[in-house]
Amino acid sequence: MKIKVAKENCTGCKLCMQICAIQHYGEINPKKAAIHIDAEYPAPGVYTPKLCVQCGKCMEACPVDAISLVGDAYIIDPEICTDCGICVEVCPFDVMFVHADAPTPIMCDLCMKCTEVCNTGALTAVE
Amino acid sequence: MNGFGGTILRINMETGEIKRTPTPEKFAREWMGARGFVAKTVYDEVPRDADPLGPENILIMAPGVLTGTFAPAGSKIGFGCISPATNGHADSNMGGHLGAEMKYAGYDMVVFERISPEPVYLYIDDDTIELRSAGDYWGMGSLDLEKRMKDDLGEDFQIATIGPAGENGVVYSCITHDFGRQAGRCGVGAVMGSKKLKAIAIRGTKSIPVHDLPTLTKSTYDIIQRTKTHPLMEPWQKYGTALFVGWSNDHGCFPSRNFQTTYHEGWEGISGEKLAEEILVTHKACFGCWINCGKYSRARIPGKPDIYVEGPEYETIALCGGSCGMTNIHDVAYANYLCDNLGLDTMSGGNTIGFAMECYEKGIITKDDLEGHELRWGNIDDFENVLRMIADRRGIGEVLSHGTKGAAERLGRGTLAFAHQAKGMEFSGYDTRWYSAQLLSYCTSDIGAHHNRSWAITADIEIGQDTPEGKAAVVIYLQHIRPLFDTWCCCRLFWGEVDVTAEEHVDTIGYLTGWDVTFEECMKISEKIWNLTRSHYIERNGGPGRQFDVAPARQLEEKVPSGPAEGQRVGVENFEYMLDDYYYNRGWDKNGNPTREVLEILGLPHVADNLEKAGLLGEPFEDGVPKVRGQRLKPKAM
Repeated sequence: MKIKVAKENCTGCKLCMQICAIQHYGEINPKKAAIHIDAEYPAPGVYTPKLCVQCGKCMEACPVDAISLVGDAYIIDPEICTDCGICVEVCPFDVMFVHADAPTPIMCDLCMKCTEVCNTGALTAVE
Repeated sequence: MNGFGGTILRINMETGEIKRTPTPEKFAREWMGARGFVAKTVYDEVPRDADPLGPENILIMAPGVLTGTFAPAGSKIGFGCISPATNGHADSNMGGHLGAEMKYAGYDMVVFERISPEPVYLYIDDDTIELRSAGDYWGMGSLDLEKRMKDDLGEDFQIATIGPAGENGVVYSCITHDFGRQAGRCGVGAVMGSKKLKAIAIRGTKSIPVHDLPTLTKSTYDIIQRTKTHPLMEPWQKYGTALFVGWSNDHGCFPSRNFQTTYHEGWEGISGEKLAEEILVTHKACFGCWINCGKYSRARIPGKPDIYVEGPEYETIALCGGSCGMTNIHDVAYANYLCDNLGLDTMSGGNTIGFAMECYEKGIITKDDLEGHELRWGNIDDFENVLRMIADRRGIGEVLSHGTKGAAERLGRGTLAFAHQAKGMEFSGYDTRWYSAQLLSYCTSDIGAHHNRSWAITADIEIGQDTPEGKAAVVIYLQHIRPLFDTWCCCRLFWGEVDVTAEEHVDTIGYLTGWDVTFEECMKISEKIWNLTRSHYIERNGGPGRQFDVAPARQLEEKVPSGPAEGQRVGVENFEYMLDDYYYNRGWDKNGNPTREVLEILGLPHVADNLEKAGLLGEPFEDGVPKVRGQRLKPKAM
């Protein structure tokens, strides 16, 4: 499964960010989400959901082999990760996020919860 | 404390001193947030003779219990003070993302005291709180400044600003956020300007503590899935509030040409459908909302720069559009943009300019007053000229900067009869001559004629448009519904439009906080707030209260000349009947003053003492006040 992004449908509501942080950290804190929304306002008036496209560059760059492909998604093993930040630096799409209280960088694991709450078709689950 | 940020801030603008205190749980439970926090704090702290634009007034910014949580559209934040428009209690809220950000930074209320010697903005980055110079920002438009501050501070800061009108003390200045969300009413922007506070920038990265996250998550998740297929979801998503332009015209309550009539010839040109067809750029939502009623638009008018604006939504279309005689959606969007950037409420602003256009039509305002310009119905250039004069308080703009009541008092010549306001606040976008419950709502409101204090149009239809009977008790009930949302700070649209019950929201508060809170408890808080702010108004302005609950003569006496409501008017006798009925059902005396009995039921004995000292306490009821005050009616959605 993958997440298809149709940015023209995004309204910037951040429900995806909320459910993501709840799902992965058990907290009400969208800043701990693996998805963020870029807002270009006042012109041209565009929201762009940003999340991992599963390109694997982070796995190649990880110096301690903490990242591996599990199913369709690259996953960070928190037991191995040293939070060195190299994966964040090399990410070509700036979609590995950091939060002061998170033990590792935050990246999408394709849990699909965001696609379940999105009501506009901006995020949909596809095979 | 679960559900809250945990800290209250007090900022002395004069000295720069910043005090942090823990948010008391008793205060949070008894007042729930925003409107409740404002009602209590302003009542307790602002001297009764304080000038609304002077150092003794305070400005409050507060989200509510549901803000920033995974509750449906927990997006709201309230601002409050004493209003320079009404000289009474003021609160005005907005959606967007600021309230959530403030909770993530850990704050439940900020109280701005006194006046800063220099223009400043408030900078909050989690625990870092600073008043920073706003010298470079002073004079900038609200929207221009938000963009500038995002560039200066970072995209992840949430920003609220005022425009030049707020700096200059126009009494219907607003506070703007998220490129088009406003705390628009009561002149909260003018009070912010009086404190030399140009902007607020907040970034928060903390988590909100929660009592039972799994249940809260499941509850909201289920509500999302259930409402996605609600029949009203799609039209709301497509058109937002502009959907109702046609409905209001069909039902004879749409203001046309300063409420001269209630069916607007050419409304099709400023309808929601026209918006979607011609100017819509994208749909835009507040935090945590899947209805996304916000419409973001681009207007193109030959000879003017292309502009981007959030809206126009229904009220702006009604008041900048219909009431100013406009029939082109690009013109309305442009008017919306001008108001937003100058920092003026589109509702009071549009209403006041419609009033001025009628004055121009009648020869009361002339080209000499308008620096050589005209002020013709439906003319966007004329609208722009007078609006800029108002924001600068230049010439006739100074007169109009006081709103329709203040302007009518200065202009004389019978203009008060067609000044559509109550207590100094302009009507929302509904004419009431066929809707007497809505007129009663406007005129008994603590802040003046604002539809969000209670929207009774469909109640009028359900009870009967031709009778004043049975209206008062329902208006009271509806007046108690709105503070729920204004204190909880989730958007009322889920309740009003897609069948999420108020009880479901109450359950969410329980999951969040761990409180065994009930709907009845929350309704009692609403009634407490209404009685407190009513008493506050009377204390500040002198009683009896009835003298302030006044309707514009046009709504009472002039028959609607055209459209579906042709021939309708409320009539003085019917209005007085409804007032008597309303006061009785509230447990107030016939003069409209709250009684000790009702204030004590609501836990406000000190307010009764204060009224008694001032000689303004209501006469006691011989057989006691009604046990149930307000009659439940949930009108059908339109």
